[in-house]
Amino acid sequence: MEDFLQGCRRSLPIALGYFPVSFSFGVFVASSGLPLGLATLISITNLTSSGQFAGVSLMLVHASYMETALTLLMINARYFLMSLSLSQKIDQKMSTLQRMIISFGITDETFSLASLEQRTLSFSFMAGFILIPIIGWTSGTLVGETLTNILPKVLQNAMGLALYGMFLAIIIPASSKSRAILEVVIIGGVISTILYECPLFQNLSSGFQLIVATLLAAIYGALRYPIKENNI
Amino acid sequence: MSVYLLMSVFVMALVTYLPRMLPLTFFKKEIHSVFIRSLLYYVPYAVLSALTFPSIIYATGHIPSAIIGGLVGIYFAYHNKGLVFVACATVLSSLIANILIPF
Repeated sequence: MEDFLQGCRRSLPIALGYFPVSFSFGVFVASSGLPLGLATLISITNLTSSGQFAGVSLMLVHASYMETALTLLMINARYFLMSLSLSQKIDQKMSTLQRMIISFGITDETFSLASLEQRTLSFSFMAGFILIPIIGWTSGTLVGETLTNILPKVLQNAMGLALYGMFLAIIIPASSKSRAILEVVIIGGVISTILYECPLFQNLSSGFQLIVATLLAAIYGALRYPIKENNI
Repeated sequence: MSVYLLMSVFVMALVTYLPRMLPLTFFKKEIHSVFIRSLLYYVPYAVLSALTFPSIIYATGHIPSAIIGGLVGIYFAYHNKGLVFVACATVLSSLIANILIPF
C-alpha cells in the first residue's frame, strides 16, 4: 500500500502535465464533428498522444483499418524499446498478468520517470504510478470535449509548456552532473530538431522521428560512454 | 456511434497496447551485454531531449512566449528546483510573456 501511494505521488506531475494536452485532444475531436464521448473513449483505451491525434485524423478521412494500424504501429514502435527497457527494471517476481496490467501505462513520460527511479519497480508502485496519469489523461479529454471553451486560449496555450518544463527539470540537472548524459541530451535534441525542421524528413511520423533521434543518441552514449557497473 | 468509429478505436487501442505489452510481459531474461545495458541507460535522457526539442518552441502557438518559458524553465531546472516548481515557473512565465508581447 505504501508503495502504491508512493507511486501515485511520483507520477502526479505527469498527470498535471497531461491535463492540458489531453484537454486539447478533447477539443480537437469535439470540434471536428465526431460524436460526444468518442474522445474520452479513445483516451481511456489508448493513453498516448501523437497516436491518438493521428488516429482521429485518419478516422476523419475514413482511412481503412489496415492504414490506421500501420500508421499507428510506426508511431508506437518506440514503446517496444521502452517496454524492453522496463523489463530489466521491474521486480522479476511479477506475474504475467501483473506485467500485462502495468504495461498498459507505458508512455514516453511514465517510462522516463520510472526508469530514473533508484529502485526495483514493484507491482504496487507501478500500479499507483500509472493510475494517476491515466486519470489525468482521461479527465483532461472529458473536460476538453464537453466544455470546449472553459479555459481562456492564452492560458491553455501556456499550459502546453507544463510537460516540457517537467522534462527540462529532469534532463538539465542530470546533464550538469554527467558529461555523458549532457552529450546524449544534446545529440538527441539536435537530431530531433533536424528531423522535424528538414523538409527531407517530413514524411516520417512524429513517433518514428522520436525513435530515430532516441536510438542514435543512446547508441552514441553506449559506444562512447559504456556503463560497466550494474546501475540500470 | 458508428461501427466504423468503434472498430477504429479498437484497432488503435490494439496497436498501441501490443508494443507496450509484449516485451515487458514475455521478455524475462536479464540482459548482460554492456552495450545494450548502456543503451537502455541512456534511452530515457535521449527520449526526453528529443521530445522537448524542438517541440517546446511550438508548444504555445506563440514562439516568443514559448522561448521565454523554456529559458525560465532551464534556469530553474539548472538550480535543481524540482519537477513541479519548474513546470509551474515555465507555464507562468510563458503566460505573462504571451500577454505582454502582442506579436
